[in-house]
Amino acid sequence: MLTQYATIGILFLGAIAFGSIAMILSRLLQPHRPYSQKMETYECGMVTRGTAWVQFKNSYFLYAMVFLIFDIETIFLYPWAVKFQSLGLFAIIEMFIFLTILIIGFWYAWKEGALEWQ
Amino acid sequence: MEFLNNIFVNIAQWIRELLAALGFSPVWVEMGMAVVYLVAILGVCVLVALFYVLWERKLAGYIQRRPGPNRLGPNGWLQTIADAMKLLTKEDVVPQGADRIVHLLAALFIFVPTVLALAVIPFGEGMAALDLNLGIFYLIAVTSLSTIPIFMAGWSSNNKYSLVGSMRAVAQMVSYEIPLVFSLLGVILIAGTMKLQGVVEAQSSVWFIVLQPVAFVIFLICAIAETNRAPFDLPEGESELTAGVYTEYSGMRWALFYLAEYCNMFVMSSVAATMFLGGWHGPLLPGWLWFLLKTFLIMSCFIWFRWTFPRIRVDHLMNFSWKVLVPLSLANVFVTGIGVYIYNNGLGWW
Repeated sequence: MLTQYATIGILFLGAIAFGSIAMILSRLLQPHRPYSQKMETYECGMVTRGTAWVQFKNSYFLYAMVFLIFDIETIFLYPWAVKFQSLGLFAIIEMFIFLTILIIGFWYAWKEGALEWQ
Repeated sequence: MEFLNNIFVNIAQWIRELLAALGFSPVWVEMGMAVVYLVAILGVCVLVALFYVLWERKLAGYIQRRPGPNRLGPNGWLQTIADAMKLLTKEDVVPQGADRIVHLLAALFIFVPTVLALAVIPFGEGMAALDLNLGIFYLIAVTSLSTIPIFMAGWSSNNKYSLVGSMRAVAQMVSYEIPLVFSLLGVILIAGTMKLQGVVEAQSSVWFIVLQPVAFVIFLICAIAETNRAPFDLPEGESELTAGVYTEYSGMRWALFYLAEYCNMFVMSSVAATMFLGGWHGPLLPGWLWFLLKTFLIMSCFIWFRWTFPRIRVDHLMNFSWKVLVPLSLANVFVTGIGVYIYNNGLGWW
């Protein structure tokens, strides 16, 4: 069991190594002639104005919040789904209560306009 | 036939025995096998990208009634290799205002989720690098990680197009992950296991696309949105955002993003083949060939959608996920749960 997760670790390092080797190889083959116009941030070919590191639209954040709730719910639902067939009627009713509470929350978020694009 | 079916399993077994015969302890044999799997997975990634990049261009050509690339090699089949050579020798431009370290790390990390996801995909009977008992859960966890490098790329570029593109990418991938996860839940309810091998074995008599047609359609839509493909390609919508997240990437870094995009498509289509189309099951041909044929079919669908549907609007995109797909997939879980219960227990408790 532990060796399986060690394998995942090796794959993780291997994937990074793959990218690094590709980039080093490319660095050895490519030309390198920077000048100031080339190094400028692209903006329709006009002179770049200001920075992009600004405070940005918060409706993205609302979606992230709703996502978080649902994502945690799935963590509960997956083990339930696996053992569902052996747990019988109790599990099905229990989970439907859980889901109903969640759907009420979802309905509330919908009603309050968290799912509207502004 | 039997020989062809097990050819890759036998090769892996042979390498394992070779390592053991060389006097390594069991732990080191496992580590050696991990490296072998890594090489195999990277090989699959590169071959998949080389083939499907060309296949997409060919198919796009046929859809638009033009021949597509047809100059290099027999009928243009060497075109991608030439493109790869070109990208390898391109200059790597990092803009002055960018966060150089994050800009570099984004390109390195983009490939990680793909490789980790491919580790659990069963290409044939016993042909998964890892057969985790949390298989599907692990797969979902790992594939959702690909949001992070994309956001890193968008933020570190210090470019307005990249910023908007990455914001959209994160919002879209996060929104479409919920229905995706719920659609797989129906399959797990029926199969009763999270092992991918187990799910395939449960489909030996009937494929889950027959029992879960709604889930399959939801999964397919979400898979396209997760991989940021048209009609959901707002993060890199060329006509408004130049190249979106990838605007400030060039040369090898851009090539890595491109490679990861195609491999992610392959991961998504192989998950669909495993969960809904019966994985390696099929008559006559070896199992792994059946698996590749099924993924090829779904990949071709992805390409077909890309070249026939127009890009949809961003508010429609979000509404479609939250107001159509999420309720629909929840209802699917409800109905499947009740259906499985009635199938197992009859209507005795009613």
